[in-house]
Amino acid sequence: MKKKTITLKVNIGKLKLKNPVMTASGTFGYGREYAEFFDISRLGAVVVKGLSLKPRQGNQPPRIVETASGMLNSIGLQNIGIDSFIENELPFLKKVKVPVIVNFFGDSIPEYAEAAAKLGATKGIHALEMNISCPNKQAGWSIFGTDPRVTSKVIMAVRKATSLPLIVKLSPNVTDIGLMAKTAEDAGADAISAINTLTGMAIDIRSRKPKLANIIGGLSGPAIKPVALKMVWECYKSVKIPIIGMGGITTAEDAIEFMLAGASAVAVGTGNFINPAITMEILEGITSFMEEEGISSLKQLKGEAH
Amino acid sequence: MRSWKYVLSKLFKAVVTENKRLIKDHYLLTLSPLKKIKKNRPGNFFMISVESGLDPLLKRPFSLHRSTKNGFQILYRVVGKGTTILSNKTPGDILDVIGPLGNTFPVNNKHRNILVAGGLGIAPIFGLADSIVNSPGLEQPLLFYGARTGKEVLCKKNLADISIRPVIATDDGTAGKKGNIVKVLEKFLKSGSINVNEYSIYACGPKPMLKALSALTNKLGIKGYAALEQSMACGIGTCLGCVVHTTRGLKCVCKEGPVFPLNEIVW
Repeated sequence: MKKKTITLKVNIGKLKLKNPVMTASGTFGYGREYAEFFDISRLGAVVVKGLSLKPRQGNQPPRIVETASGMLNSIGLQNIGIDSFIENELPFLKKVKVPVIVNFFGDSIPEYAEAAAKLGATKGIHALEMNISCPNKQAGWSIFGTDPRVTSKVIMAVRKATSLPLIVKLSPNVTDIGLMAKTAEDAGADAISAINTLTGMAIDIRSRKPKLANIIGGLSGPAIKPVALKMVWECYKSVKIPIIGMGGITTAEDAIEFMLAGASAVAVGTGNFINPAITMEILEGITSFMEEEGISSLKQLKGEAH
Repeated sequence: MRSWKYVLSKLFKAVVTENKRLIKDHYLLTLSPLKKIKKNRPGNFFMISVESGLDPLLKRPFSLHRSTKNGFQILYRVVGKGTTILSNKTPGDILDVIGPLGNTFPVNNKHRNILVAGGLGIAPIFGLADSIVNSPGLEQPLLFYGARTGKEVLCKKNLADISIRPVIATDDGTAGKKGNIVKVLEKFLKSGSINVNEYSIYACGPKPMLKALSALTNKLGIKGYAALEQSMACGIGTCLGCVVHTTRGLKCVCKEGPVFPLNEIVW
């Protein structure tokens, strides 16, 4: 086989990454814990746990349940708040020199805009990922991710508030995800993250009660991969902006499938819980695959299954 | 940044050297890590993959029972899918493990230490007893041990080897006193000859037992600590799945525990 120079570089709008493997929000904390297991500067980017203007306590326990090849969580957006993140966590990530993507959310359109403005004015943040799709919030909140008119309004408000690359994380709990992706693109998003968790539940047959205190939770892990892949496929058909594919990725093969469906980059979520160094195995696996296939750039994979 | 050598030591493969059925559904697993791992201390736990496939997906947390020359032991009971698979492992099988994780029992060097175990709570409590006995200058700890039946009183020989004679209570009276171990402990503490300021309590066991114990220690003003158990996905403080209520808010059992002061746990 003739030796080619391989590049793993990808661009997510203005955001330039050295490789396409990042972490999914809510599965990697603020990076510190995983630095005990591998050199996190080797990641394409770290996507931190979702932040809000004020700290949040989250939902009552029990918060997680294992299901067949997956897990349900109802953490409820527990986080330390934007100020504490900037003061106590961001300096560590800056020192590591890894691109930082901050996932954030608000309870109202002005709160979303205020959070984005604050984060956008902070040095050391490379992009924002807007969470409009967490299933673990009180009734009414899901409207940001499921009603295209509201989705459009909230994204436009955030777009005005910051010039950082803006990624919108879509909910799979909709009828037409292609429409939601198009809505995000038209409202000014630079990229799409797809997908967030699928809503689900589990019941304890002895106590006759739901296993999660919150009753419903978000399903993640390999169980949702085929669904996520199909949704990335649909987003790719409806938008031109880059897609970050996620949902049950645990191997390089999974990651490559997402790229073939149209993803420019991938994020690993629940996989981090199973093996804290899984992202490095995936990264190495992608490189080996490219060598085996004689591929020099990820562009040769993106959307190739269409 | 820390060096790679250190960095990798908490993620390792371990070979099963023994997986012995003790009684009914209770097993003793001996693991030998395939590389040098961090020093284990009583209270620490390990996340163990029972299967290399995707179902069951998550690692399971198991408390350290005791350290051995070439590794460590886990004492467990078969309660579901994961532990059923684990019980079928045989010597030579290799498991993926993360650990040691979590905090440790803050043993008070100046106090007389009272250990309280309920059921499988003996798993970490035995290791703690062993460590106290082998620490020069520490007084021999007292052990109060409750179980459902006499048959379920474990570690009898190992306790005898370190000269600990436990005060035992069983639900059916087939060993020791019939009834609740916390009641037995209460009687001892209230016997008159005891200055509670000279004692610390370390416990592990079912929630009702720990709840009763926490009421007792709060009432008597004795310092006490308990190792808690909770379902968890990551074991390192990132999934935020294993939180418990404390007087300082919700805390992760994996990272801020598993050992908590009894007077901080909100039941």
